[in-house]
Amino acid sequence: MRTARSLALGLAGAMLAATVVTADSHAPAPSPAIKARQAQMQLYAFNLGTLGAMAQEKAPYDAEVASVAAKNLAALAHLDGSLLWPAGTDADSVEGTRALPDIWANFPDVAAKAQALQEAADVMADAAGTDLAALQAAMGPLGGACGACHKAYRVPD
Amino acid sequence: MQRFLIRVALLGLVAVAAGLWITRPKADGAEVLAGLTADAGRGEMVFTAAGCASCHMAPEAEGEARLVLAGGQSFPSPFGSFTAPNISPDPAEGIGDWSALELWNALHHGTSPDGQHYYPAFPYASYIRMEPQAVVDLHAYLQTLPADATPSAPHAVPFPFNIRASLGGWKMLFLRPGWVMAGDLTAEEARGRVLAEAMGHCAECHSPRNALGGTKTGADWLTGAPNPAGRGSFPNLTPPALDWSQDELVEYFTSGFTPEYDVVGGHMAHVVENLAQLPESDRAAIAAYLKRLPLDG
Repeated sequence: MRTARSLALGLAGAMLAATVVTADSHAPAPSPAIKARQAQMQLYAFNLGTLGAMAQEKAPYDAEVASVAAKNLAALAHLDGSLLWPAGTDADSVEGTRALPDIWANFPDVAAKAQALQEAADVMADAAGTDLAALQAAMGPLGGACGACHKAYRVPD
Repeated sequence: MQRFLIRVALLGLVAVAAGLWITRPKADGAEVLAGLTADAGRGEMVFTAAGCASCHMAPEAEGEARLVLAGGQSFPSPFGSFTAPNISPDPAEGIGDWSALELWNALHHGTSPDGQHYYPAFPYASYIRMEPQAVVDLHAYLQTLPADATPSAPHAVPFPFNIRASLGGWKMLFLRPGWVMAGDLTAEEARGRVLAEAMGHCAECHSPRNALGGTKTGADWLTGAPNPAGRGSFPNLTPPALDWSQDELVEYFTSGFTPEYDVVGGHMAHVVENLAQLPESDRAAIAAYLKRLPLDG
């Protein structure tokens, strides 16, 4: 009787431990790659904000400042991102990211969209220092290039 | 005893028959659209505001291809996966042979021309608030779009949700023709209400639902909801959770830029593509409507 009871207790304990281990394996430490690519997105947003405030005429147009922000954007878009998206860092596998697994299933399309972003950012880098109208005209395509990836490959909010 | 059982069985049959009769697919007669003249130009605005193409275009269509309403996109939910049908003007595979009245009954009652219930993945719970004139105009515009002969794919909906007769009960519980936001509204807010509650069907994603899939109203209206497709959620649109100004909302509806210079993604990116084609006054009207939220419980 006592043996049966301790066996049952032992089994329950083992199952509990197994549960804890399983639960733990679902929450691995956040990948530094996720942090790094989110930091890249933050830098995009910061520089876009400088350009956007001018485009929306909420800040006075300043050719020099606009040029700096636009060149930063282009530099960011041209970063080699190949180390930022290791396998297993999608939203189905880990917490803390909105990157859909489709990214890894459609790499040629992702690369094409990244190239479109580089082209839009290069246009902005040329336009931002020219005048306000040129900056405003380059803003839409730049947002569109960002949005193309967000539309296809990002989990809703 | 045997006689008693027969009586119970008969009573049960009568109850089922009565239930089916009460919840049968509803349809209006021609009088509802009598005397209206269609304008395809206005219909294009209805089409854009109602976001028809975002769901009915072929998967991943871009540019002009978005106007080919061949269907085929799938919409997973806790009740099964729904596939948008072909609504191009092809008379065999699309809806080219539909009358304006048949379109009205689909949008307003969720009833097909052959008298079947549609699943509410087709957002007739919102479109029920569309005016007859808007539907007549939309019908005229849809006829101008390219025909496509792709057959509609079946839904993948398991038992018991594949019993379409049960949708009559769902409609009785959740189909409400009236406005959700009542009270005194400015002309701008009222226009925003048409765009948000009827055509734009914001609540289909942004309002939480009860266990039977009915959209919650009152204080829960547009307070955000989990994504029925499984990943992520749709944000709360009611102040103070929504702390964007009216101008910032208009900018988002136009360019997709948030005040923090993130850029719109997911299905909302399609919505912004549509909103950007509307007059700026319409985008401002939706923003004015949202700024009037939340509703009282």
